[in-house]
Amino acid sequence: MMSPVPDSDAIITARGLTKVYGQVRAVDGIDFDIAAGESFGLLGPNGAGKSTTMRMIGGTLGRTGGTLGVAGLDPEADGPRVRAHLGVVPQQDNLDEELSVRDNLYIYGRYFGLSRAYLREKIPDLLEFAQLTEKSRAKVDDLSGGMKRRLTIARALINEPRILLLDEPTTGLDPQARHTLWDKLFRLKEVGVTLVVTTHFMDEAEQLCDRLIVVDHGRIQAEGSPRELIARHSTREVVEVRFGADRNAEVEPRVRDLAERVEVLPDRLLLYSDHGEGVLEALAERGLHPVTSLVRRSSLEDVFLHLTGRSLVD
Amino acid sequence: MTDLTHLTRLARSGTAPRPEQIADSVRRRGVLLYVETWLVASKTWALSLLIVAVVEPIAYLLALGWGLGNLVDGRGSSPGGVPYLVFVGPGLIVATAVMAAHQESTYPVMAGFKWRRLFHAPRASPLTPAQIALGQLGGTMCRYVVQATLFWIVLVAFGATRSGWSWLVVPIAALTGLAFGACVTAYAAGLADEGYQFAMLQRFVVMPMFLFAGTFFPLSELPGYLHWVGWISPVWHGTELARVASYGASMSLPAMAGHLAVLLGYAVVGTLLSMRRFESRLSR
Repeated sequence: MMSPVPDSDAIITARGLTKVYGQVRAVDGIDFDIAAGESFGLLGPNGAGKSTTMRMIGGTLGRTGGTLGVAGLDPEADGPRVRAHLGVVPQQDNLDEELSVRDNLYIYGRYFGLSRAYLREKIPDLLEFAQLTEKSRAKVDDLSGGMKRRLTIARALINEPRILLLDEPTTGLDPQARHTLWDKLFRLKEVGVTLVVTTHFMDEAEQLCDRLIVVDHGRIQAEGSPRELIARHSTREVVEVRFGADRNAEVEPRVRDLAERVEVLPDRLLLYSDHGEGVLEALAERGLHPVTSLVRRSSLEDVFLHLTGRSLVD
Repeated sequence: MTDLTHLTRLARSGTAPRPEQIADSVRRRGVLLYVETWLVASKTWALSLLIVAVVEPIAYLLALGWGLGNLVDGRGSSPGGVPYLVFVGPGLIVATAVMAAHQESTYPVMAGFKWRRLFHAPRASPLTPAQIALGQLGGTMCRYVVQATLFWIVLVAFGATRSGWSWLVVPIAALTGLAFGACVTAYAAGLADEGYQFAMLQRFVVMPMFLFAGTFFPLSELPGYLHWVGWISPVWHGTELARVASYGASMSLPAMAGHLAVLLGYAVVGTLLSMRRFESRLSR
């Protein structure tokens, strides 16, 4: 694994970061630097150690080993001071559903000791950002999932944090709500907020992250921009062909030489190649006529599945 | 373009305190901040509680003070040499505070950690788990004070007090509520899940305290082998003190100091344990 040189611009720095629960090494010696103003992604399957890393950054979970610096402070020793710099969007919403939208923002602001005068100015701005101005007095219980998520994100901005930690920000939302959120988050980055995002959605990572690490079994499997990762770990294009469930495996030896890598799935064959159309023509020349065929660009999802495997991890 | 202006103001208005100032401010007054948010959040149920807090004492005093009281007084066997209404009033104030403490310290605590996750929101702020625990106990303490004050007013209206110091039943009841509530909060904060424990607590701890810890008759009326129920119960210590305040029941200074010490002991131990349990529960 590459070991990044300490970076003076880094707002978050981890070296050999480790968390052990009993026999399980949830986070197993990871290194990364996050530059101020960057949008940084932690990608990985469930249980890869993403949320554990996030909690260590916020200082709400101690570490077993390694060093961690957030805004020049050690979160374990200086948790409250670190959290004064942060906005946190947790995986599970923890809004008070019995209270109004506005009261939720007010209460959260008071947790940061913010004055009533400041909050009076700030809350309308946050409501506008979250497109909840009309809902200001509505009970949170009555909001849709997307609205609650927007409120949770707006709430995290109450102290004007330089760093926003987002733990699976759009899990469970419909496509419209996800795109609205991505748009909002992207614009926050434009005005200088550092985003740290965990996700297992590849489209989310491609949309949001300048740079990311792929984590599995508590270790970094790859690091780079989405584009770099695709270039390094996949081909330009992927050809998906279906010969029928019983024939896919049997065809595989006859096409192995046509692509850099061939993957047999129960329902289709994936041929990784820089020239998808060429592969299709070669198939036809060999007298192989798939039931369906598709040439598409390689995505981060291909990289992810290549690095972390296709089998279910529970 | 206005949008970018809006966003820039959102991210850096220039009016937000610096992180160091935020951290200092929360370190100094975090507990009070949390108590304030507890009170803001309580407005959803405050009205119904206030109504109950007025109606309940009236019902108790009518049924027990007048109804049962007439019977007891008619036989000339009223305890403490005062009308039964006067005797039972301070006991009921203390008992209702303890029942409120049971309510506030069981399901809401479990909900805060698990069901509604409301303790996890302040955990992402500069507040420490210990401050959240103290704020939680402080907030519930406010409820005991309000409830006991209303009860005391009803008591005065019923002419059931005999001393200028009778208002002292309010802090005594609130302290008794805290003594019990802090211990139960610590217990609830340590539970992984609620199966049957809170219902058992109600049946085997709260009810016996209500029945056998001196609320309705002096502990001395019970056979000796049951006196320990009173001794270990905050209700008995609180009730004994409340009777001194309410109608000047005779008690030596060392005895008063002893009762107070027991209540303070429970409150301090329960509070310290709660702080520790919140710390470990919110740090994993």
